[in-house]
Amino acid sequence: MTEPVLSIRDLTVEIPTRQGLFKPVRNVTYDIRPGEIRGVVGESGAGKSMTGNAVIGLLDAPAKVASGEIWLKGRRIDNLNAEEKRAIRGKEIGMIFQDPLTSLNPLFTIGEQLVETIQLHLKVSASEARDRALALLERVSIPDPVTRFNQYPHQFSGGMRQRVVIALALCSEPSVIVADEPTTALDVSIQAQVLDLIKELASETQVGVILVTHDMGVIADTTEQVTVMYAGQVVESGSTDQVLSAPTHAYTKSLIAAVPRPQVKLHRFPQVSYGNRETTFKIEDLARNWEQTAPSKSGKLLQVQGVTKKFIEKPAILPSRRRYFTAVDNVSFDIKDGEVFGLVGESGSGKSTVARMIGTLLPTDGGAIQFDGDDITTMEPKALAEYRKQIQMIFQDPFSSLNPRMKVESIVAEPLIHHKLLPPDQISARVRELLDRVGLTREAAAKYPHEFSGGQRQRISIARALATQPRFLICDEPTSALDVSIQAQILNILKDLQEHLGLTMLFISHDLPVVRQMCDRVGVMKQGKLVELQETEALFANPQQEYTAELLDLMPRLAQLSG
Amino acid sequence: MTDQPLVPDTKAAPSRLRRALDSDLFYAFRRSPVAMISSAVAVGLILMAVFAPFFAVTNPFDPASLNLMNGFTPPMEPNAFTGETFFMGTDDQGRDVYSTILYGMRISLFVGFSAVLFAVVLGIILGLLAGYYGGWADSFIMRAADVQLTFPAILVAMLIFGIAKGITPVEHRDQMAIWVLILAIGLSDWVQFARVVRGATLVEKNKDYVSAARLIGRGSSLIMIRHILPNILSPVLVIATISLALAIIAEATLSFLGVGAPPTQPSLGTLIRVGQGYLFSGEWWILFFPACTLLALALSVNLLGDWLRDALNPRLK
Repeated sequence: MTEPVLSIRDLTVEIPTRQGLFKPVRNVTYDIRPGEIRGVVGESGAGKSMTGNAVIGLLDAPAKVASGEIWLKGRRIDNLNAEEKRAIRGKEIGMIFQDPLTSLNPLFTIGEQLVETIQLHLKVSASEARDRALALLERVSIPDPVTRFNQYPHQFSGGMRQRVVIALALCSEPSVIVADEPTTALDVSIQAQVLDLIKELASETQVGVILVTHDMGVIADTTEQVTVMYAGQVVESGSTDQVLSAPTHAYTKSLIAAVPRPQVKLHRFPQVSYGNRETTFKIEDLARNWEQTAPSKSGKLLQVQGVTKKFIEKPAILPSRRRYFTAVDNVSFDIKDGEVFGLVGESGSGKSTVARMIGTLLPTDGGAIQFDGDDITTMEPKALAEYRKQIQMIFQDPFSSLNPRMKVESIVAEPLIHHKLLPPDQISARVRELLDRVGLTREAAAKYPHEFSGGQRQRISIARALATQPRFLICDEPTSALDVSIQAQILNILKDLQEHLGLTMLFISHDLPVVRQMCDRVGVMKQGKLVELQETEALFANPQQEYTAELLDLMPRLAQLSG
Repeated sequence: MTDQPLVPDTKAAPSRLRRALDSDLFYAFRRSPVAMISSAVAVGLILMAVFAPFFAVTNPFDPASLNLMNGFTPPMEPNAFTGETFFMGTDDQGRDVYSTILYGMRISLFVGFSAVLFAVVLGIILGLLAGYYGGWADSFIMRAADVQLTFPAILVAMLIFGIAKGITPVEHRDQMAIWVLILAIGLSDWVQFARVVRGATLVEKNKDYVSAARLIGRGSSLIMIRHILPNILSPVLVIATISLALAIIAEATLSFLGVGAPPTQPSLGTLIRVGQGYLFSGEWWILFFPACTLLALALSVNLLGDWLRDALNPRLK
């Protein structure tokens, strides 16, 4: 076996806080060999990024390496001074960050940034640096590098930008690259390409890669070695095949089990049981008090007919001079009573815009949306208020969907107060009851949202959505901001709601395995158009459109877990 | 509806004071000597002004208590005629400078606080409207703000003061002077609040909690007041603190120029104006003490505002 290029030995990072010494990384040990990709996986807050930052010497004060050693090619680097660390950073250790939008300087062309970096690290002439930069752009498969060389970052798509960032990391021919969630901000289709590129480069240039991710699919597809971290500690480490097929630690086992399978339809999402205090969702209690509404007249609760939405791209006073961007183009679908309808597509495909139009948050520019036979786009304010009582929405980002300055009690009570559903003296009791039913304590009512974790916040959102006893629930990527372990809990709650309360749902997601588990029928959107609509099973087994087939193909799979 | 007895919350929420003392802001405060000293100075001066009758030796507004023979008494020296001693000396009319400063500070602070309050309220309303509705409302309000910014604030204040004075009847002029000052300084200061509020509103209105409220069916004004406003208040408070210092100085400047508080109700600026006439004839104390008080007041409030801005900005931690 070859010598490791980078060794981390017993690394502990400390942050002094008001509450005492906090250790986000404790006794972490792992090696990276040349040409090897080591995945570091774990939920947010597990210390995986913090370890990466310690390696590149970019720990934010007051965090500091308290003990342990980091060796790079036989040289100890954790105790170097700031100047020596700076010399190593970028030169010996390259970096790829999560967001390609912010890791490139928007004021310089791609070429300038590459040339500057090359000249900083390698003593070469300007023309030589330019040749190298062009070769690098070619190397990371950017088409037409000569033209692209003089363009600015905003003229590149997200995936292209991330390629440029990779080229920047490769500039100085580093021996190690730290890639911190390099594909999390990208669409699935682009994610696969970028990961392939990293794989290729690693084997070709013999650079060692630390790939920090929370996605087990990425681990399975890309890495050879994997380190599983939990609460700052390494719980398991070894070759990817071995860890995925025969995990020894309970946390790894439950983490793998919680990954939604694209191949099989399960009744419930398996939960990550390790370390999570199981919070119970009392669906029976909720169902007992739920007032069942009559089924819709036609059996179809929601009918979207030829809906179109245009956004003004270039404003002008004269209507004829305005230019528009069509975000949603003539989309039609029906959602039956009690059905979960999935809407999938890449970012920018218009799926969230459809959801916002159904939720009356955006006006439509044509077409009709009929709820139980009544067109909501032409409704009188009074009827609209009645409609709003019957629909609710769960948003993607649990951190922005709850007003940080309002107590949980006021947040959940707001729909009750607005629609005057209960006399004021009963509202407080009702709110506490709702919080109890979604698995939070009654004391939660007196707290502010920032005192809760992402999963708990999403439960608060669900409690707010259930307050009016709606018939229809819009879920806009309800779990994409959550860890796998918490994702399973929230999805199970939504499944329960659908089964026990007969709620009809529109479920929007870019995560195909999740859609397969959740939805009865699925619509696929591309550039504002609905390109395919099928029963879930049929869609996954036999996609009719080439685009759908491509999307399905790109799903990260845990090959080791099939069956 | 409830099918089980409701368990009362056994663990009561911590009291407001307890929470405030435990907050990160108070923690940062205790670790900043600048913040502690400047707040001590500011609070001390404000308390002395508010309770001026208790701290003052004489009431400078009461002609009966004045003795012209006491005029121009230097500080800490007995008067040649009456033998009385004054801590900070007396002015031309025999008024105790120390007492006059306390009463003058009262007027300065009242004008400063009221003007800032007026500017904040106006700025928040216009900023919220511009940010939330966008389009025509935004263009109109913000262009008006831009136009106003092209004139120096003190010039705008003088203009408003002049117009207001012109339309008030002569017999009410002295009474109205204070209110006109507040109006003039407030109107010259709303722009910065409107700009900050508009910017913050543009960010907040696209957050999902606003969408959630709209989905429930809440009206625009309720969303602006209950949802957006509490989330944009902290930058407003920071600017308001710094503005307070500026408003006090603006008031002093106007009074110094003779367009502010009348000599019968002198503010710090009026005192400085009166005092500067005697500076070169040896009666330095009539100018010196009011000027120092103004400096201490404005500086401590300003430092407090600066500190608050840094303490509330997580990026500088």
